[in-house]
Amino acid sequence: MTSLVDHSARETVGFSFSEATAAGAKQHGFYPYTDNGGSTLGITGSDFAILAGDTRSTSGYNINSRMVPKVFKIGGDEETGEGARIMLSVVGFAADGTALKERLDAMVKMYKYKHGKPMSVAACAQRLSTILYEKRFFPYYVHAILAGLDEEGKGALYSYDPVGSYEREQCRAAGAASSLIMPFLDNQVNFKNQYIPGSGEGHALVARKPEPLPLETVKGLVRDAFTSAVERHIEVGDNLQMLIITKDGIQETFHPLKKD
Amino acid sequence: MDHFPGTWGRPRNDVYGAYDPSYLQSTGPKTHTSSPAVTGTSVVGVVFNGGVVIATDNLASLTPSFLLPLRTASYGSLARFTDTKRLRVFGDQAVVGFGGDVSDMQYIDRLLESIDIRENYSSHGNTLNAKNLHTYLAKVFYKRRSEFNPLWNHVLVAGFDSAGKPFLSSADLLGTTFSAPHLATGFGAHLAVPILRRLFPEERPVEEISQEEAVEALKQCMKVLFYRDARSTDKYSIAVITKDKIDLKEDEQLEKQSWAFAEKIKGYGRQTV
Repeated sequence: MTSLVDHSARETVGFSFSEATAAGAKQHGFYPYTDNGGSTLGITGSDFAILAGDTRSTSGYNINSRMVPKVFKIGGDEETGEGARIMLSVVGFAADGTALKERLDAMVKMYKYKHGKPMSVAACAQRLSTILYEKRFFPYYVHAILAGLDEEGKGALYSYDPVGSYEREQCRAAGAASSLIMPFLDNQVNFKNQYIPGSGEGHALVARKPEPLPLETVKGLVRDAFTSAVERHIEVGDNLQMLIITKDGIQETFHPLKKD
Repeated sequence: MDHFPGTWGRPRNDVYGAYDPSYLQSTGPKTHTSSPAVTGTSVVGVVFNGGVVIATDNLASLTPSFLLPLRTASYGSLARFTDTKRLRVFGDQAVVGFGGDVSDMQYIDRLLESIDIRENYSSHGNTLNAKNLHTYLAKVFYKRRSEFNPLWNHVLVAGFDSAGKPFLSSADLLGTTFSAPHLATGFGAHLAVPILRRLFPEERPVEEISQEEAVEALKQCMKVLFYRDARSTDKYSIAVITKDKIDLKEDEQLEKQSWAFAEKIKGYGRQTV
């Protein structure tokens, strides 16, 4: 019996879309990351530290939710966060952020259980770096900021890249609107490009020396930074979450931001 | 019939030509799921005073692998199973609505069933609430995505938290989670959420939203989704979760459809003006 199908000249299917014919053997891979937008910011003072973030969660142009906090209390009670002395903000891929927060929280609690004393911020900062670096070749896709009070009671702030490089700083902005907020912080917190009027001409001009700012001023800077970022970045908005640590503990506040 | 059982039941070579196995991957690295095959579309959910209501339609669409390159153009979608129930009851206080791959849904369903049985055999009985269930599912999703072997779903979990407050939250194949008073996955995120935001704006407290109003809103959403989501159907499931019971209806039919608007649509096909 002869073949019913002519295999020598197989007909190519004609599509009306050029895209379709060009596709051929297209590989469709699985990409394990997504960007959930949002921005975070931390500033320290002589006896306090502030960590703040917006509460919008996005994927692409969609708003997932208007209330997904990015700043967490570490080492405190599971529900209320009571007893915590360290704060962590994570921005980037939210699922990695949650996983990272939960691991650090567990480690801080284990430290207290094993050693009978709370973990210092400096120790926690080093531990967070190793947690991130452990996943050097499949990183937690987040920019983390850790804050608390150091052994002298001064505000301490550590900022991280996704693979664990970190340094202690006075202030840091991270996330979607970091490029909008960070230059503002450079100028308003570290007094970059500010000079003492009439102190000289050209190179003789004396730069204004940065000094720790009072809490109320810093709160104002944080709110100004976010209201401005909301204006120019579509992934930032809805609510501003602020965590403030002083010797009396951590205080959490929410303020409305623009929802457009 | 010959003496080679391996060839029995196969199309005859002399009639159809030799079997061409080239479409089966025989070389290269082992690959896990890199795209879903049989899928369900949107899941929609709303919180009301004293409970949560959640809905999905009953369709599972098939996108054959050789048509995947066309998927963005929404061609090559076969309405494969028209009686796929995508709402699953867990315990007596929680419902999961599944979007995405149907075989992965059935796998997760078996997981949840085994947990339910294990919990019920324990001395305290199954006390896992919707929040616990959501945490568990999110961790399963996150673990699987971290192994590059994802469960291709986007789910909504509806029920109550440990404080007895109505709970509605989402989890997807990457392990991403978020919660809001109204949520929708897939096409619903574009079509249903704007309707729900208009009906239940943020300023309006949840205590003001009645069960009837929430159910009516979801029915409207399912209708709009049927009008505009090519991979949806007019049969749907809806579950109302309240303190005393879960009211699950799996054979609902969209009512009062109006296609009058279709006449006014211009600019497609022959009618170009």
